[in-house]
Amino acid sequence: MVTRGFFSGRRPPSDTDTRIPPGQYLEQGFPVLSAGPTPRLRPEDWSFTLKQGPKPLKKWNWAEFNALPQSKMTRDIHCVTAWTKFNTPWQGVMIDDILADAGIEPPTAYTLALSFDGYSTNVPTRDLVSGKAMVALLYEGKPIAPDHGGPARLLVPHLYFWKSAKWVNGLQFTERDEPGFWELRGYHMYGDPWREQRYSSDP
Amino acid sequence: MSAGPSPQSPWQAAKITRIEKRTPRVTSFWFQPSRPFTHLAGQHVDIRLTAPDGYQARRSYSIASAPEAGAGIEVAIERLDDGEVSPFFHDVAAVGDEIELRGPLGGHFIWEESDGGPILLVGGGSGVVPLMAMVRHRTLRNKAVPVALVFSARVWDEVIFRDELIDLDDRRDGFDLVLTLTREPARRPSDYSRRVDPRMMVQAIERLPKAPRLAYVCGSNAFVSAAAEALIGAGVPARIIRTERYGV
Repeated sequence: MVTRGFFSGRRPPSDTDTRIPPGQYLEQGFPVLSAGPTPRLRPEDWSFTLKQGPKPLKKWNWAEFNALPQSKMTRDIHCVTAWTKFNTPWQGVMIDDILADAGIEPPTAYTLALSFDGYSTNVPTRDLVSGKAMVALLYEGKPIAPDHGGPARLLVPHLYFWKSAKWVNGLQFTERDEPGFWELRGYHMYGDPWREQRYSSDP
Repeated sequence: MSAGPSPQSPWQAAKITRIEKRTPRVTSFWFQPSRPFTHLAGQHVDIRLTAPDGYQARRSYSIASAPEAGAGIEVAIERLDDGEVSPFFHDVAAVGDEIELRGPLGGHFIWEESDGGPILLVGGGSGVVPLMAMVRHRTLRNKAVPVALVFSARVWDEVIFRDELIDLDDRRDGFDLVLTLTREPARRPSDYSRRVDPRMMVQAIERLPKAPRLAYVCGSNAFVSAAAEALIGAGVPARIIRTERYGV
């Protein structure tokens, strides 16, 4: 349906529009969105735990976690509120390297990412491994700001950005695909920006 | 590209039935969806505009009207000079025009009667819009729920819904309005003229018969960060604070 009188708009430059998923617009800033107050976490209070159901598999403190091999990922990110930001540079620990340090193969097909503030979000395990995702510790070479999820956030850049849990403190392998915080509140279980899977009623 | 609304599409046509300027920068638009729905106080809709060449722009806007208001939904839109959707509404849209709308959306920043109270609402600028839906819902549905609204605006003329809020405040039926102006002196004796801080939150909470059961904060990221810190500084537990940030 063409809207009467709407012509202008901010069309993306034609050399970039193949990088902008449907319904998104290009953002130069880095907007902040979250469901509650920003937790102030000191690195000495931070830890990261791998769990299978309720059972802890391995836990790292800040120093131990920072001693794991670190990788860099520069990716376009896509927020469900419709902004896309190009070339965001992150550094952190690939999920593959976390699993290797724990000496395990992924035990189940589904994962819940857990955060210090009680937030959670579900991601299929296959979307976290094989170089697809990391626990990021640095953004643009500097510690991640608290309102962007610091000291550590999950980075799953190929899914809508609510899946990249801020203030992450663990991954819990689950037998079933269990909805997390936003998935229980009307958002899509998978969240592929290229298929525009924003809300639960989207195919 | 888009086939437009169909029985399968979550998007639907909605007609603009009324336009009313609220402040120099904020105008309310009433939309009548072709498939009417009932929303919850605090929810938003997505609005989509389509240019003749198929280019589409979509944005989320909070609903200001109460669920029981009927006769379409009210959305208050602030003009952003560098925006691409808000200038359309302010400069082009007219009563009778149709846009596409999807909703209602959002399942966290909502207040229902069954959530109980007292509730403490803190809004900065157009962040008051979803809080207004909660205030109106409470007034129409259950006035036994005590509500305090701390509303920060730059100047008196930018206090959105000002006459309605002051009228509700004057009823003294359990709704308290606390205005704070950041660039002008206070106009009413009980109001403030500074940015939100913990002491202001303590005094707002003292207007409630007991500690709030839930607190809702909405506005720009800078405002929400400051207001949430002020609430925590006033002893409000972080777990009862729900926030909605405009992302800028």
